[in-house]
Order: sequence, then C-alpha cells, then structure tokens
Amino acid sequence: MTTDLGFPTDGLAEVPASGEELSAKDFTSDQEVRWCPGCGDYAVLAAVRGFLPELGIARENTVFVSGIGCSARFPYYMNTYGMHSIHGRAPTIATGLATTRPDLNVWVVTGDGDGLSIGGNHLVHALRRNVNITILLFNNRIYGLTKGQYSPTSDQGMVTKSTPAGSVDTPFNPVSLALGAEASFVARTLDSDRAHLTETLRAAAAHRGSSLVEIYQNCPIFNDGAFDVLKDKDEKQRRLIQLHHDQPITFGPEHERCGVVRDENGELQVAKLSEVDEHELVTHDAHRDDTSHAFALSRLGGQHLDPTVTGVFRQVSRPTYDDQARAQLSEAAEQKPPDLQKLLTGNNTWTI
Amino acid sequence: MVATNGQRPAGQAESGPDEQADTPRKANRVVIRFAGDSGDGMQLTGDRFTSEAAAFGNDLATLPNYPAEIRAPAGTLPGVSSFQLHFADYDILTPGDRPDVLVAMNPAALKANLGDLSDGATVVVNTDEFTKRNLKKVGYETSPLDSAELDRFTVHRVAMSELTKGAVAETGLTRKEAERCKNMFALGLLSWMYSRPTEDTERFLREKFAGKPQVAEANVLAFRAGWNYGETTESFAVTYEVAAASLPEGTYRQVTGNLALAYGLVGAGQRSELPVFLGSYPITPASDVLHEMAKHKNFGVTTFQAEDEIAGVGAALGASFGGSLGVTTTSGPGLALKSETIGLAVALELPLLVCDIQRGGPSTGLPTKTEQADLLQALYGRNGESPVAVLAPRSPADCFDIAMEAARIALTYRTPVLLLSDGATANGSEPWLVPDVNELPDLRVSFASEANAPDGSGEFWPYVRDPETLARDWAVPGTPGLEHRVGGLEKVDGKGSISYDPDNHDEMVRLRQRKIDGVEVPEMPVDDPSGRARVLVLGWGSSYGPIGAACRRVRHRGMEIAQAHLRYLNPMPPNLGEVLAAYDRVIVPEMNTGQLAMLLRSRYLVDARSYTKVAGLPFQAEELENVLSDVVQGSEL
Repeated sequence: MTTDLGFPTDGLAEVPASGEELSAKDFTSDQEVRWCPGCGDYAVLAAVRGFLPELGIARENTVFVSGIGCSARFPYYMNTYGMHSIHGRAPTIATGLATTRPDLNVWVVTGDGDGLSIGGNHLVHALRRNVNITILLFNNRIYGLTKGQYSPTSDQGMVTKSTPAGSVDTPFNPVSLALGAEASFVARTLDSDRAHLTETLRAAAAHRGSSLVEIYQNCPIFNDGAFDVLKDKDEKQRRLIQLHHDQPITFGPEHERCGVVRDENGELQVAKLSEVDEHELVTHDAHRDDTSHAFALSRLGGQHLDPTVTGVFRQVSRPTYDDQARAQLSEAAEQKPPDLQKLLTGNNTWTI
Repeated sequence: MVATNGQRPAGQAESGPDEQADTPRKANRVVIRFAGDSGDGMQLTGDRFTSEAAAFGNDLATLPNYPAEIRAPAGTLPGVSSFQLHFADYDILTPGDRPDVLVAMNPAALKANLGDLSDGATVVVNTDEFTKRNLKKVGYETSPLDSAELDRFTVHRVAMSELTKGAVAETGLTRKEAERCKNMFALGLLSWMYSRPTEDTERFLREKFAGKPQVAEANVLAFRAGWNYGETTESFAVTYEVAAASLPEGTYRQVTGNLALAYGLVGAGQRSELPVFLGSYPITPASDVLHEMAKHKNFGVTTFQAEDEIAGVGAALGASFGGSLGVTTTSGPGLALKSETIGLAVALELPLLVCDIQRGGPSTGLPTKTEQADLLQALYGRNGESPVAVLAPRSPADCFDIAMEAARIALTYRTPVLLLSDGATANGSEPWLVPDVNELPDLRVSFASEANAPDGSGEFWPYVRDPETLARDWAVPGTPGLEHRVGGLEKVDGKGSISYDPDNHDEMVRLRQRKIDGVEVPEMPVDDPSGRARVLVLGWGSSYGPIGAACRRVRHRGMEIAQAHLRYLNPMPPNLGEVLAAYDRVIVPEMNTGQLAMLLRSRYLVDARSYTKVAGLPFQAEELENVLSDVVQGSEL
C-alpha cells in the first residue's frame, strides 16, 4: 500500500549528510565492551558499527535508545548520542524524540524481556503508530542480566531458575506479534550471519516508519546453543529460508530443494521441489497491504526453527505518526500565526 | 424574591431600607448553586451564569461538583451534578460555603443539597420533576414541597419543564428535545433575579448551536421565557443587584485552573523559545489540559496521547533529551505510574514538567473530587534518593504563574519539576488579570555547543556543571562533536561515565540534593496586618481561598491572626523557618491527614498543628473561621 500525502518515504530523508567519510571506528566509543565472551551481541555491534558509515549521515544525528537488559548496554558502545533508559520504556522515549526531531536517525535496542515482556505495550503501540524509528529486538529467549529466568520467547517446558519444573508459558512469536500490531516493516535475521544482518539493517534504516528487526542472538551463559541448528552448515541449509521480495520462496540443499506452497486449505506448507510444479510455488510479496501473507510466513516454523524464515516479511509505505503530527503543527502555524497575547486575552474580557 | 420570613435575603446585603418592588436591592455577595441530574446541563448553566457575572465585572469563584459516572441513573442521588458560584462586589477568595440560592431541578437535587443551606435561603424548584416516581427514587414518602421541611426557606415552585415546553413549542422540537432546554429557563430566571446582562448568553447559545438553528432558537426562547417569568410573576417581587467589584486596574478574563495551566505551558514554550511536547494519558481531572493544549499546535505545541501514563512521561522525557520542553499531565494514580521515569529524569538531569491534578485517593479513589494528598508522593514517591522541585498553585489563575515558574526551574536547573494542582483548582474559575506577554519572564536557555572537558581534552562531558546552579550542560543530539551517552546508572560527575564506586555514589546523591536545595525561590510573604498576631495559619495549594476568607472573618471578629501560604514546597522558601519561629502557634489546614505538617515538624522542629479534612470537597471558610477563632482564643487543636 502506498499512500501519498507528500511525506518522504526514505527513513533518513531529513537527516543531514555527514561532511566527511566515516568508518566503523568513528562510531566506536571509548567504553570497553563488557558483554560475556561469545555473546551474540558482539556480532550485532560490529555489524551496526560497520554499516552505519555507508548511510552517509552525520554521526551526531544518530541516536541509540535502550531500556534495561544485556542488549541495553549497546548505546554506551556507540560514539553517537545515546540513552540507556529504564526497563521496557525505550520506545516511548524514542517516540518523543523522533516526533520532535525529524533530523535524527533514531534506533531502539531492546531484548525479548525488555521489549516483549515489561515493555510489550510500548512496542506494539510504537509499531501501530508507525513512528520513524528502527527497533532491534535481540531475541536470545532468556533473561540474561537477571541471570537466567525464562522469557516471553523461551521454549515451553524450559527449565530455568524460576521454572525448576519447566516453563508452562506459551512463547510469543515476535514477527507474528509485530504484524498483528500493524507494523509497516518486519524482518528477522541472525547474529551469526553478518551479511544477512547487514542487509536487513540497511533495509530497516531506509524504511520510513517503525521498523522491527528480530535478531536471533545466542546467550552463551544462560541459553547457549538455542540457535545452534542455524549455525550447523547442513542443518542451516536444510532449515533456513531467506525471503526475497518478488521471488518464489525456495530453500534447502541442492539434492533436496524445497519450496513454499499453499495447500488445499490455503495454508502455507513446505514441499519438495521435486514433488510440486514450479507455478505452485508461493512468490514473496513484502509490499502487500494485507498482512495475511506475511503472517502465514511468520507461522511457518517459528519456535522450533524448522524451517526458519528470515528476511523482510513486510515492508509497506504508510504515513508515519511523526510526519503527520509535524504536518499538523506547521499547517496550524501557517493558518494561524502564534500570538500569545491574543491567546491569553481571549474573546471575553472586561476592563477595570 | 424577598426575605418574606424576615430572615436572610437571597443575597447578603450590607444594609438598606425596604425598596420598591421594581428597584433592585443591593447585595454585596451572593452564592448560587445550580443542581440537577447529570444530564440536566447544570455545569453549562453555571458556566454561563459565571460568564454573565464576569462580564458584569463582579469578582467570582466557582465550584463544580459532579459524579464520576458520565450518566448515573437519572433522578438518583448519585446522579446529582451541581455548580456553585460566588460573585461579589469585592475581591472574594472562595466559591462560598452555603448557598443563598439553590436551584433544584429534581427531588434528588433538592435532597442532596438541602443540608448545605442556611435558614432563610431561597430555593427554586422545578415542580414538574416532583412526581411520585422521582420522589420514591430518593426515598421521599411525600413531596417535601408539601411538608414543613422547607419552612425555613423561601421556596419558589416553578413548573419549569412545562413552561419551557410551552415557550419553545413554535420551534417544532420534539417534547423531549424541548424539555432539554429547561436549564436555560432556569438560567433566564436567575439572570433576571440578579439583574445580569443577557446579550452574551443569547450570542453564546446561537454560536454553540450554530449547526442546529432550531435548537439554538429553542434555547434562546427558553432563556427569555425564564427571564420573563421572573419579571411577570408576582412571587418574584424583588431583584437583586451585585455591583462590579473594585479589583486592580487592567483587562480581566475568566479562567479555570486547567485553562490557566495550559496557557502557562504554552507561554513557557513561547518565552523559552522551545517547542513544547506534552505526553499525556486521559485521566480525570487532568484531561482538560491535554484537550486545551491540543488546540495550540500553532504555538509549536505537540500533544501526544500515549498508550499509558508511562509512555506519556517517557515520550516527554525523550522530547526533552532532544531539546524540547517536555511536559506530562496526570492525576495521582498516573503519577504513581510515572515514578520510575521521573527518577530517570532525576538521574539524566533533564528538564521535565510533571503536572499532577490531584484527586481523592488512594487507588481510583474519588476521581471527580478534590484532595491534596499527593504531596509526599510528589516529594518522595520514587526509589532511591530522588529529589525534585515541587510547586503548587494557590488558585485557578495562579496556575498560569506556577506553570511558568515550574518551567523556569526545570530549564534553569535541568530537573524534573512536579506541579501539584487539584480538582478544585483545576475546575474552579476566577477572574484573571491578563498579563502583558512582554513582561513575562525570559525563559531562554543555551544549549551546549562546544567541548567542555575541564582537562582540556577537547571532549564533551555531559555532567560538567554551572558552578552556581549546579545545572549540567545540555547538549542536544545533532550537535557535532558533543556525542555522549546518558542513562539511569550511577555516573561520575563531570565525565558522566558509569561508576559503581561507593564514595562517588555518596557524593552524587548529595550533589543532586544540593542542586534542588539550591533552587532559588522567593521569600514567602506573611499577611499579618497588625503585626501582633500570635497564631500563624500556614497552608499550601488550593486551600488558600478558604484560609484567607477565614482569616478575614477571624479579624472581623476582632482577633489577630497571620496567614502565609506555600507555593514552593521543595525547596521551601528561605524565610520559612524564621516565619514559623516568629509565632506562638502554627496551624496547618490540609486536605490530607497532615502531610505538610509532618514535613514542617521534622524540618523545622516546630510544633505545627494539623487541621485536616479529606472529604473530597474544599474547606469551608466558616469551618476554618471557627477552628482558627478557637485557636486564637487559646484552645488546643
């Protein structure tokens, strides 16, 4: 869907360009990175630092806002403006900032506990409003900073300190949740795939509106190996689907190529290419206004990672909250130039 | 209308020989209460009468009182809505204790308000609503109109519904629609009784119903019918006149507290030359500030109706980080939800205005009733040592000045400021001497634009402070070379990097406290006309009116009493200790169970005595007069 109200469609349209050539080093702060050895956060940090220079925007116009959790340390390690705020509330702070400052490139860094549990309400509303911010959701399916309790994305039955007999909670599927919240950009990627991660971040930054990028990220201390099947060469090849807009969805090893087809009930299924006609293959359309296609893809696999769908599920252009709010302000000022004395005096006065 | 039973007239006259029926009598002040079902339009009626009084030049004060339910069951006691108005030919301080006139649109309104009337008051009732069914709803076996219960009053029985229907018949409205105009009949009648100007009301009605000319016409006809009824009916033999008040010279308008607060916030944005960002979530009685602010986008005011209270303040803080004047408005339960974010603002040391329009608590409490029981929540309702500045307006019009003051402190000291209004102040109204905008304080701030590290490293350190105010340098995103990170973790002063060092934390806690303690606030004036008073009455917030009126009465009775009022609750005025020590007795009336008194006792080692009431309604001047008189005469409290 494209609604043309004269608003820019590029997420960075109003962000000033950098006057100089920047490198990853320019985006690196003097703070020592203190995540655990082997943490997936390192890979994401490296990817973000590495790809930001290519955006060509001014470093001082970049802001990272985080809540609480391991991932929330992220802003300290970026040599940009940043705020390490409180648990779950980063989207609210980013909303106020992005609404008042169209010249900023605003990022929210959150995790499965921060963004989906304590801050779930803010996350869905930020997506619904379509504020021009990019949200990186580090999903390691565990609480790390509080030392190993189950999270809203943990497997059912998972034994943790707070669930010695196994968790009985049903996990969220963050991509399904975001689509249900009317998100205009939803993607999933892996900490272990630098190229795909970078490509996804690039698309998210370019999107005008709220972008949600779920990043499967390994916690080596409290949930080590949660995504190992996606790191094993053979398993990865067998399970991983990378979505590409306008292309038939196919995946799998050479000898056993698979594709996504629609069954007689209209549901998406994985089928061996050898067993279906080419025209039966579902072609990915990220720009469809109707979310049912993207939603169906988000349900393919899911918690058990078999298959694992990655890439951009949905990317539609719709007016952002902040563009419209600012337009109302400038329109009002144009129609009625501000006159404080007139306002305070009003129409019903008497003189003594 | 005359005091036929030889008791009090329907206005409080200073003196006066009996006058002819066609000559208006003089009264100095009158208290009128319009009461009816919540669907009867009593708030609108009261509001219009207020505008008429204001236009005439009376001083006035109002007290709306309505149920939390939008439409409680019709005709029941919980559904009664009322609007009280006090107008006078001199400067008055309260909406009045006891009505001189009660307009009761149904039996419930009569029953709910009768107890507040003193002997000799005038009661105007809509007899059409005194049906068996309606009487039964409120537990009347027989009509009070036929009993001795009303003998103490001058009662006017007016068939308002039928008279209204007759008057508007020509407009062709349905009977139901026609009857809805009866509040304007009542307004017309009262306008005649008190010789009020009528042109503005007619104009108002035509404007309000501009899209429905038939309804506009009907309301005007009903209004005129009420007026004519007074003029032609013999039972209303006398009209009253309350002359214009002599207030300081200038241009006046009527404002409610919430309106004045919104104007103060808009004004603060203009005078600071910063965009204003209001993040808010609907809550009674604060929502009107959001509604008002939403109208002023042309002043660079962004209003954001958030998903919850936390998001409201979070977005405001995010806007402040970006260089806007971040504001959030709420009431007590919402303030509780915002606590953690206010604590973050304390740690970030960013400007933030938090306006709490207090209501009855705890929990949901009494959403539409007033209370001032959030003082300790405002001061201490956060984790850790988390000092903020706290201010409280003393009247509806004072909300404007307090909002500007709150902005000054927030911007100068880079701190959250809590502003404690309350339901009575928010919805009450009074005349406001419109300020000259050129004389409003200059609130401009300068953002950091260059490196400030004292070690000459050429870096920007976010916690480098102004040595006088202790305010930190405020560098907004987009400023090249000043990229920095702030957060809720403890940090080293100056550089701002995270620190878990024990001594550093101890120093930072004390530093944040020193900054707030050092906020410059003016001395507190004391009203002690003779200079010989031995008793001081000290209040804060909306009790200013009733306390002031009570002090006048105490003095009128030949006794001496001093009055002082706190608008600055943190830090408190520099002369407060001295003032407290100068009197033998200190009385602190509060609409809570003694929160300010507790603070005064602990901080100043003074034997401050509380007089408290938490009934959801403002103090009455009369009750305070009695309490204070007793204290002056030596009684213990």
